Amino acid sequence: MEKIYTKDLLNEKKLNPKEETISFLLNYSKSVGVVKNKKDRPIMFHLN
Amino acid sequence: MQKQKLDDGVLVKNYIDGNERSLEILIGRHKQRIYSFIYSKVLDRDVAEDIFQDTFIKVINTLKLGNYNEEGKFLPWVMRIGHNLVIDHFRKGNRMPTFKNTEEFDIFSVLSDSSLNAEKTLIKDQIHFDVRRIIEELPEDQKEVLIMRIYRDMSFKEISDSTGVSINTALGRMRYALINLRKIIDKNKIILTN
Repeated sequence: MEKIYTKDLLNEKKLNPKEETISFLLNYSKSVGVVKNKKDRPIMFHLN
Repeated sequence: MQKQKLDDGVLVKNYIDGNERSLEILIGRHKQRIYSFIYSKVLDRDVAEDIFQDTFIKVINTLKLGNYNEEGKFLPWVMRIGHNLVIDHFRKGNRMPTFKNTEEFDIFSVLSDSSLNAEKTLIKDQIHFDVRRIIEELPEDQKEVLIMRIYRDMSFKEISDSTGVSINTALGRMRYALINLRKIIDKNKIILTN
């Protein structure tokens, strides 16, 4: 039986995002940290 | 020596444990699949780029906050985030229609460029000059912190290190600097807007 996503897969072109986007994401990842508050809940912050 | 391909689940765990390189590998491994999927829905390279970026920002935030609990199913999870953001995009599009430039109409022909307005530039320079003059009226310790923070874009940690006072003291000085600036402005009835 044909799976429902087959059509989507066939329509997909092989494309890649820009290198700048990847660099942005890798830098973003390095620029955020996490600390825990008094209630032991994680809080995200941006490093300078 | 033959390189062993690490499982997505292992890479996710390593990334959560602080290995940034693991994220790079995960993105590299799945970027084409995810980006192509998003593009196949929105059919616009720029929009696809934005949604791809937002997708991974969500991924990063969720992993860093320790909220990921789908071990071994990384790609379907990311695809689902991407898919939801595509839906959000179309919902937003219905509320706020967008259009593309054509030969007959160019959006930039009706958008003014404020940087080209000489009068505005003069007024802005005058305001900056007035603000600098008012800052000179502040006590030395407050002036020092305000200049470091606003004009040198230093963090309070850096200000603390540089002045030898605690971060809390630096924050307090900044607060009093702003309060005193407002007082001087009110007292002298100075208008800083155009």
